Amino acid sequence: MCTMITHQVKIYGRGKSGQEWIEVNEANVSYDHPYGMPLEHALNIDFVNEAKGPAARVAVELSVEAARELVKTIQAVLAEADQQGVLEDKHQAAAAG
Amino acid sequence: MYQTNQYEGMIAETVTLQGHKGDTINAYIARPLGAGPFPGMVVIHHAPGWDEWYRECTRRFAHHGYVAISPNLYFRDGHGTAEDVGAKVRAAGGVPDDQVLGDLDGANKLLRSLPYVSGKVGVFGTCSGGRHGFLAACKNKNYDALVECWGGGVVMKPEELTPKRPVAAIDYTKDLPCPMIGLFGNDDKSPSPEQVNLHEAELKKHGKNYEFHRYDGAGHGFFYYDRPAYRQEQAMDGWKKVLAFCEKNLK
Repeated sequence: MCTMITHQVKIYGRGKSGQEWIEVNEANVSYDHPYGMPLEHALNIDFVNEAKGPAARVAVELSVEAARELVKTIQAVLAEADQQGVLEDKHQAAAAG
Repeated sequence: MYQTNQYEGMIAETVTLQGHKGDTINAYIARPLGAGPFPGMVVIHHAPGWDEWYRECTRRFAHHGYVAISPNLYFRDGHGTAEDVGAKVRAAGGVPDDQVLGDLDGANKLLRSLPYVSGKVGVFGTCSGGRHGFLAACKNKNYDALVECWGGGVVMKPEELTPKRPVAAIDYTKDLPCPMIGLFGNDDKSPSPEQVNLHEAELKKHGKNYEFHRYDGAGHGFFYYDRPAYRQEQAMDGWKKVLAFCEKNLK
């Protein structure tokens, strides 16, 4: 089915699309039909820059297990960096101008 | 059935039409060569996008003697590959029902305006397009036959409704003005076999002219040869039943 389960989050980052790095300012996270994965449903993340049109997209499609592991891994890496006192909140720094 | 000594020709191209609120959108149209008259068929793409499968499906109907048109329901969302545009619409939670019904109405009107189209027009949709097809048949009331393939979200709980999908299509069953055929995979989760039962019970309750075909060993989207969901045997049987239904009700 088309689940229409989708969330959007504003982000600050860069993504590599082809040979180019593009500014990505939104992540669209869905659990719905993937395009590339041979699964009926997948956890899809599109890092996009809407102002640059539909092609400005860095996409990943993950199995449920892979997505859960990725979340845990990101949290673990951030926790370790925090513990070492090396976290830099560039998003806030950028927003502050 | 095509015979090897038969002449066959087809023209297929991108056109524009007036959709919802008079907006210009594009569409893919295919028709057999000749004066006709041929029945029409509106082909509705699924949520992942206006992709190659629907162009082939449109040509398939033309090969079988229909003037078929597939409107690009994501025209307003920009242009790029069908995947990129589909991903953008997916992130936005789909397109609003009213807009889709307006675009489908525009496609229907275009078909009916063509000199080689007979007075009959059907509608075919898969997945979210199956639901849109059911809604279009019930609400626009300008179709002579409905082909619903695994329409996801025809049966919806109140908490599943959204501003873009504000109604459960099943609630409009009483208004269905034309015969319908429904194809479903018994391994599908949406519509699940239980939801298909509810869909059928409602059609039965209102005395509608329908036929449902349920396939074992098939899930969602078993016609899509480009997806792992493809099931050759079930798909070929399903196409046979769809074309026989259309032949009976549209020709």
